[in-house]
Amino acid sequence: MLRDRKTLLILFGLPVIQILLFGFALTNEIKNSKIVICDYSKDDYSRMIIDKFSANGNFVIKESLLNHLQIESSFKKGDVKLAVVFPANFGNDLLHLNQAHVQIIADASDPNTANILTAYATNIIMDYQKTLYENLNLPYHIGTESRMLYNPGLKGAINFVPGVMVLILMLISVMMTSVSIVREKEYGTMEILLVSPVNPFLLIVSKVIPYLFLSLINFTVIVLLSVTLLGVPVNGSLLLLFGVSVLFIITALSLGLLISNIVETQQEAILISLIGLMVPVTIFTGFIFPIENMPDALQYFSNILPSKWYYIFIKSIMIKGLDISSVWREILILTGMTCLFLFISFKKFKNRLL
Amino acid sequence: MNEVVIKTDKLTKRFGDFTAVDNITFDVSQSEIFGFLGANGAGKTTAMRMLCGLSTPTSGDAIIAGFDVYNQTENIKKNIGYMSQKFSLYEDLTVIENIHLFGGIYGLDNYQLKNKTDELIEKLGLQGERNKLVASLPLGWKQKLAFSVAILHQPKIVFLDEPTGGVDPITRRQFWKLIYDAANQGITIFVTTHYMDEAEYCNRVSIMVDGKIEALDTPVKLKQMFSAKSMDDVFLRLARKAQRTSD
Repeated sequence: MLRDRKTLLILFGLPVIQILLFGFALTNEIKNSKIVICDYSKDDYSRMIIDKFSANGNFVIKESLLNHLQIESSFKKGDVKLAVVFPANFGNDLLHLNQAHVQIIADASDPNTANILTAYATNIIMDYQKTLYENLNLPYHIGTESRMLYNPGLKGAINFVPGVMVLILMLISVMMTSVSIVREKEYGTMEILLVSPVNPFLLIVSKVIPYLFLSLINFTVIVLLSVTLLGVPVNGSLLLLFGVSVLFIITALSLGLLISNIVETQQEAILISLIGLMVPVTIFTGFIFPIENMPDALQYFSNILPSKWYYIFIKSIMIKGLDISSVWREILILTGMTCLFLFISFKKFKNRLL
Repeated sequence: MNEVVIKTDKLTKRFGDFTAVDNITFDVSQSEIFGFLGANGAGKTTAMRMLCGLSTPTSGDAIIAGFDVYNQTENIKKNIGYMSQKFSLYEDLTVIENIHLFGGIYGLDNYQLKNKTDELIEKLGLQGERNKLVASLPLGWKQKLAFSVAILHQPKIVFLDEPTGGVDPITRRQFWKLIYDAANQGITIFVTTHYMDEAEYCNRVSIMVDGKIEALDTPVKLKQMFSAKSMDDVFLRLARKAQRTSD
């Protein structure tokens, strides 16, 4: 066993990685979440509450907005998850009417995070209300009114459908391509095809095309089921959703191609695409554990997974209903990754031929 | 003398410091059955890959079926057939589907394909197995079918890489009958093998040791030259000199 490095690595490496990952990186606790504040009142009371927010470790105030209409555009940028709005006369109302309202708006396209953040925010405000009680014997009341943007019902399906979509497309496309090409290598039919007059690049393309169509059928079925049975909306452009999904499938297929160039047996191909991808894709795509809470190193790591970008895209289009101007970055990254995978695959493929 | 269809001149392939094929020079004529022998790791496969246009030589020249291995590989590929030591048909396709697939790849039209298919099926006696999956055929039949498919498009040369590995002596004999038939039709046979009785069937035999061709002649002359009783002796005498260990 000492000579079998791979087994050793799995036996002793895996527990270490898992305990570190689940212990440190993957927590549902949310720290340093970016929020925006829209303070129409600008009085002592609102300022004191804002101070409480910035003193609390859970929140970082990213900016103060002048207008609540800007809230949605900060949500669209993706990193802001919560907005706190103080109406005009907040302090006045509190002093003279003994009650005032604060509005908390959360980006509920990720319902878990939205729930947790809203609870944190409400707690901060309630704490402040309590300190007011201590000083005066008057029954001050600060009401919080929370709004769940994009997903008012906090439906779980809205979170997991895009996740499952990513997972299935990624795994099927990558595994199918790598296995089907490696199988030809293993059986010796690849060699026969290569000595034939068929253009090798055309050969690879024709091996991949059926899987593009299969994956598209899969994708269509998932979308149809999600919309009809689970009530997940497609708020954005259906055409854009399909277009970029084709792009993502091609990204996954080229990753499969790359794997098929590296491994020699079907077993290896399955192992790499199933275990080597399943775990990172589930953990680092963001649909189970929020990426924002991971240590920096892991956040950077998550960037190299195409699935993360596709997941952001799907949520933006399906749930938030954004248009192409908000997702061009994801499209660009996926295109770049596809080109990179194809470039390396063809280069390796050519080297093998020489 | 027939037309020369394989002509190599100081053909060499290096991988870094390692010279897999070292200055080999030989000619093979049309209709000839040319045995390409050598121990494992002697460089046979690398040499063969260069001749098939799969691998670019480091130096030297080779003309295959009238085309240059450096820049006319597409033409070479159209004019050769190839069958490897690994079984090389699609196991999950039927006999007919395999024939049609490879016929199509080599550009046979439907009419040619139909004629060829019937001819081939009859020759191999596979009438009852036309629509059976190749996976269900015995190994010997598969090898015969693979060979017939490799020469379906009437190539000038067919390269056989240990075609009879793992096949029983009777089937091997039948297989060689197919090879002779093909040679009689004018197809040149370039065959590697580890069976020395098969070497005796060849018109001429070359023996590679450490990337070089150490001997090349008819089996009869080789035996005289090394005053050996059989090709086995000739091979052992040469192969023992090898410095390289096998792969």
